[in-house]
Amino acid sequence: MIWELDFALLLFMIFCAVAAITVRDLLHATIILSAYSLIMAVIWSEMNAVDVAFTEAAVGAGITTVLFIAAIARTGRRSSD
Amino acid sequence: MTETESVVIRTVARIAVPFIQVFALYVIVHGALGAGGGFQGGVVFAASFILMIIAFGLPCVRQRVSTRWLMICSVLGITIYAGIGLLCLLPAGNYLEYGAIEAALGIPHLHGYLIDAVEVGIGITVMAVMTSIIYDMADKGGESS
Repeated sequence: MIWELDFALLLFMIFCAVAAITVRDLLHATIILSAYSLIMAVIWSEMNAVDVAFTEAAVGAGITTVLFIAAIARTGRRSSD
Repeated sequence: MTETESVVIRTVARIAVPFIQVFALYVIVHGALGAGGGFQGGVVFAASFILMIIAFGLPCVRQRVSTRWLMICSVLGITIYAGIGLLCLLPAGNYLEYGAIEAALGIPHLHGYLIDAVEVGIGITVMAVMTSIIYDMADKGGESS
């Protein structure tokens, strides 16, 4: 467990989380959320929680992104507000 | 999706899908010893079907893996899980207490096989349900995009 690496990853993760809810384009938000999930998986495995990291990488970065993209394809890409 | 993707995507998918599926089976079976388990393996197995949908289109995948087959798989997996769990009640054990059934039958290392069987059941159900969700989501949305 490397302190500096954890801190940098956490900062980047918070940046990704803020960017995902402030960006206007929903497809961009989905991809940023996928990047957030990937960083979260790296942090989990950094903290020796390999099982949780595996689930996060498979479900968070994989299945959820595909489901969101399918939902965007069925609705609209631009947010109306 | 009438037009297929480019030859690069189709070739890479054709090569990668068997490896993803073997890795999913490894994750399911190895779940008792290390990282992984039935849920993760099932999700990885469903991801291979998603890759096939992306590369070859939904109708092609649906021809090979029908919704009816997926429904049968989802029921079969949860039946394996609940059946082994209830089987442990017969020799006066708790639900999913593999030690009771091992002590009753006297077969050594039986609980390891039972854990693997339960993981396989969970994996089958998760794979079938995830794939059917992706089918339903990609059915109408994929056509118009």
